[in-house]
Amino acid sequence: MSDSSASKGSSAPKDAATKGMTIHLKIWRQAGRQAQGRFVDYTVHGIQQEMSLLEMLDILNEDLIRKGDEAIEFDSDCREGICGTCGLVVSGVAHGKHAGTTTCEIRMRQYQDGDTITVEPFRAGPFPIIKDLVVDREAFDRIQRKGGFISTNVGSAPDGNAVLVPKDCADNAMDAATCIGCGACVAACPNASASLFVSAKISQFAWLPQGAPERGRRALAMIAQMDSEGFGDCSNHGECEAVCPKQISIQNIAKMRREYIKAAWVGADKVRSSGGD
Amino acid sequence: MFGNHNPSSFRLQPRECVFMSSFGSALWSSVGKKVITGLTGFLLVGFVIVHLLGNLTLFIGPDAFNGYAHFLETAVHGWLIYAFEAGLLVIFAFHIAAAVTVAVTDKLAARKQGYKYAKNAGGRSRKTLASRSMIISGVVIAVFVIAHIFMFKFNAGNAFEKDANGTKNLFKVVVTAFKDPAFTAFTVVAMILLGMHLRHGAWSAFQSLGWTNDRWLPFLTRAALVVSIVLAVGFILLPVVLFINGDPNAVSHGGH
Repeated sequence: MSDSSASKGSSAPKDAATKGMTIHLKIWRQAGRQAQGRFVDYTVHGIQQEMSLLEMLDILNEDLIRKGDEAIEFDSDCREGICGTCGLVVSGVAHGKHAGTTTCEIRMRQYQDGDTITVEPFRAGPFPIIKDLVVDREAFDRIQRKGGFISTNVGSAPDGNAVLVPKDCADNAMDAATCIGCGACVAACPNASASLFVSAKISQFAWLPQGAPERGRRALAMIAQMDSEGFGDCSNHGECEAVCPKQISIQNIAKMRREYIKAAWVGADKVRSSGGD
Repeated sequence: MFGNHNPSSFRLQPRECVFMSSFGSALWSSVGKKVITGLTGFLLVGFVIVHLLGNLTLFIGPDAFNGYAHFLETAVHGWLIYAFEAGLLVIFAFHIAAAVTVAVTDKLAARKQGYKYAKNAGGRSRKTLASRSMIISGVVIAVFVIAHIFMFKFNAGNAFEKDANGTKNLFKVVVTAFKDPAFTAFTVVAMILLGMHLRHGAWSAFQSLGWTNDRWLPFLTRAALVVSIVLAVGFILLPVVLFINGDPNAVSHGGH
């Protein structure tokens, strides 16, 4: 992230510091769910390198509101890469070209004065566009409701090490649990498959003893819901892993398939080993 | 993320799984289709390896090749080849049915409106020209499979020359076919596409069956590259060498 600022600075150091950059934007505008969308060209001036991409969109929206136009709708919340609310396809890549970051973490120092940036919503049938760049990701919530939890009242926190978990299992579970449910995996997948999201949610529990009693039911129920939502199937392109802001590995998809095969083959309630494989 | 819901809905109900726990219905789910594609893919890779080894008898000479073909056609009173062909037909049918629904129908249904400015993410992605063209390479390979069965199994409808023992002179048919530049070129193209198909498919089958993790995936993708190159080069050498050097009327060296 630090490389482009130096080269940019040498071209027009004074200019960039005072007047800022001029950025051209092609942004998807769509009035509503059923409306016909199209790209609209905008140009924004005075963009500082320290700004984020979303702050640039805020500035553009202030301009639009001042002119009496309708502001561009886009989702964001924490703006520090932890909540999973934001999600745009920036110049052709979900969450932008930098690996392991969310849309809100894109800084304008990655761009040069005069650059053109295209901004599209996440596109997938199960993620219908609500307006402009905002998509409905409730399909993920419906999948979660089918099994993205454990059915026990856990009470207060247990004593440390009362339940023993092998280190590698704990690591795998924690890596899967970093999923923030942003939907970039679906957006980037050529097939619009939700496999990475669902696999992260299934395997984070399957690696742990607390998730083990329901692992078979969980795998069958969540995958059935994923299929009924109309997500595509996985072709093992691995594009999801490349755009995932938490860099969740496709080894989780392999784990999800193991869970599913076991549950379907021997029966959902017969797979109750104590976590792990 | 969950919204407001009755806590009683936060139970993994057994009845939700009753239907899905029947193996038949799980077979055609998104995961089931990957399992079918992967398993049949493995079997087909195994077949392709044996097929290449068998075909290499073409380089030994007419006797070796014709003898090998004769053995296959007469083993177990001729039943072996029928059983093998029937098995291959079923494997191909499942491989194609599962793959086409994954790569065409389900894919098109899942994203009706595509991106205008889509780019590859690069980095940790394993998306390649090979992975994106699986359906195209698959279709061309299927056409080649049908064409070469028509030419070599059925001799394009003509009768085979046979020797005194009833051994077909398949060698002559094959070498004659590869004197045709068009068929030779088509074979070479199909075998390059077979290599591409296996470049993605050979490791993807492991992933589809869940037999991978972060430790093994880099090894498997490299092994798939090696396997695909070895098989493609082997299958390309045959038609090219026969086109240049093959003699359809080569006589038997040994004597019967």
